[in-house]
Amino acid sequence: MRKSPVFPALACVLGALVSAAPAAARDLVSFDSGKLILTNGITTIEGSGGGGLATWATISGMGTDRAVGISAHVTGVELPDFRLDTHGIAAGIRDRVELAYARQNFNTRNVGAALGLGRGFQFNQDIFSAKVRLAGDLVYGPGWLPQVSVGVEHKRSLDAAVVRAVGAKASAGTDFTVSATKLFLGASVLANATVRWTKANQFGLLGFGGDKRAGRSVQFEGSLGYMVTSRLVVGGEWRTRPDNLGIAREDDAKDLFAAWAVARHVTVTAAYVDVGSVATFKNQRGGLLSLQLAY
Amino acid sequence: MFLLPLLMAAAPVAEPPVEPAPTTTEAPVDWDKEFGVVRKERDPVTGEIPVDPYVQSAANAGAKPYSGEGLAKAFGGQAGIRRITDRALELSEADPRIKAIFEEHDMVRLRRTLFEQVCYVLNAGCSYTGRDMKTAHKGLGTTRADLNALVENLQRSMREAHVAFAAQNRLLAKLAPMSGDVTER
Ligand code: HEM
Repeated sequence: MRKSPVFPALACVLGALVSAAPAAARDLVSFDSGKLILTNGITTIEGSGGGGLATWATISGMGTDRAVGISAHVTGVELPDFRLDTHGIAAGIRDRVELAYARQNFNTRNVGAALGLGRGFQFNQDIFSAKVRLAGDLVYGPGWLPQVSVGVEHKRSLDAAVVRAVGAKASAGTDFTVSATKLFLGASVLANATVRWTKANQFGLLGFGGDKRAGRSVQFEGSLGYMVTSRLVVGGEWRTRPDNLGIAREDDAKDLFAAWAVARHVTVTAAYVDVGSVATFKNQRGGLLSLQLAY
Repeated sequence: MFLLPLLMAAAPVAEPPVEPAPTTTEAPVDWDKEFGVVRKERDPVTGEIPVDPYVQSAANAGAKPYSGEGLAKAFGGQAGIRRITDRALELSEADPRIKAIFEEHDMVRLRRTLFEQVCYVLNAGCSYTGRDMKTAHKGLGTTRADLNALVENLQRSMREAHVAFAAQNRLLAKLAPMSGDVTER
């Protein structure tokens, strides 16, 4: 498995920012951890702030509009024939800008052997993302105005030769997202809708574009959650996906989740996930477990 | 470890500092007078400090009230609401994040008007007689983080009063749109 040099580099930059805080840059880099619990969202398997599968308009970290915030996550998705592990960090600046990095490791287990890649072959991918809040607020302001953000997610497969052999046109690609997210307090309901312009195959793990379609297409992500208490949200998500590769059909991804803020800075999410057919192996339904630390 | 001798060298020699001779006592300065501050007296009946005149109107509450009696019941009627708003202010006055903002303000009046506002919005049989939110919070310099702290204190007081979480959120739904008027950008 190749190690990404970016993760430590990003950590260093953020570390430097943090340690500079007591000095001159106090106003520039001050942590207030002032968001309401859970309103920072959790972390998607692509590293951006959101639900589990769908990117939301929320900005990662617990910082409010006069502070910065930071979060880190690890997520494991256990499927009948595969396992996906992701980890990453994200920074939120003044509840306006989110910068994130995530690494995905996708273990093909026995499928790897069947496909001639070798048992336990891993597809690895780096994802760099940025998101900007354009308008509105998740909780406050007019009840009809959601928080609206636009984002870019740049994904780089670390297995260029293999994803090309599978039929992908490219080993790197960029998704563009527009998200609207609102907590409808009167109903204790959180709703999100995201439009994604993407050419990623299986989130990009199997490269970008294919014989059926080489370019981007418009996809949709929806999330609905119910706030049971101020620390517990249950809900479901639906994410449509392109179907670019002739040899391996790709289905919509869905989940049912429960996100629990164990403590102010710690959120644990458990979900039932159904991603359909992956690399010709059908009915990939399993469990997701995610841990997020946020300040 | 190499720092130790350095530290010891820097330690002050034990010698009592020379105390300055006590200055002759002057009459204390009346700073209020110096700066032209006029202290308003509390009303002997209500215990409140009078505010600048304003036009009373239900619209000052900043939200349309709910209809029906469900929410008033969920909050334990006027007695329940008073306990909740008093407790939220008590928690906020003790909350290191925001207590400084409440110092030097008329908490007698705030206890009354906040109660009236919540009671009015929940349709529990009150009229709101206070100022509008923009006027009342002008110049306080409150931030989004302060607002979140206040909301947390209100949530805690509602939780302590065993108000169902969905009903708690119905109240917050009426207060959330006021954010622009009660905080500064
Ligand atoms: C939606 C949230 C809020 C509501 C519904 C609310 C409600 C009220 C009401 C009804 C008054 C009295 C108006 C009057 O005297 O006529 C008031 C005043 C006041 N509020 Fe708020 N408030 C909110 C947010 C905040 C926040 C976040 C703070 C600070 C942490 C704050 C601090 C104060 C102070 C210090 C006063 C007294 C002002 C004075 O003495 O002139 N309020 N508020």
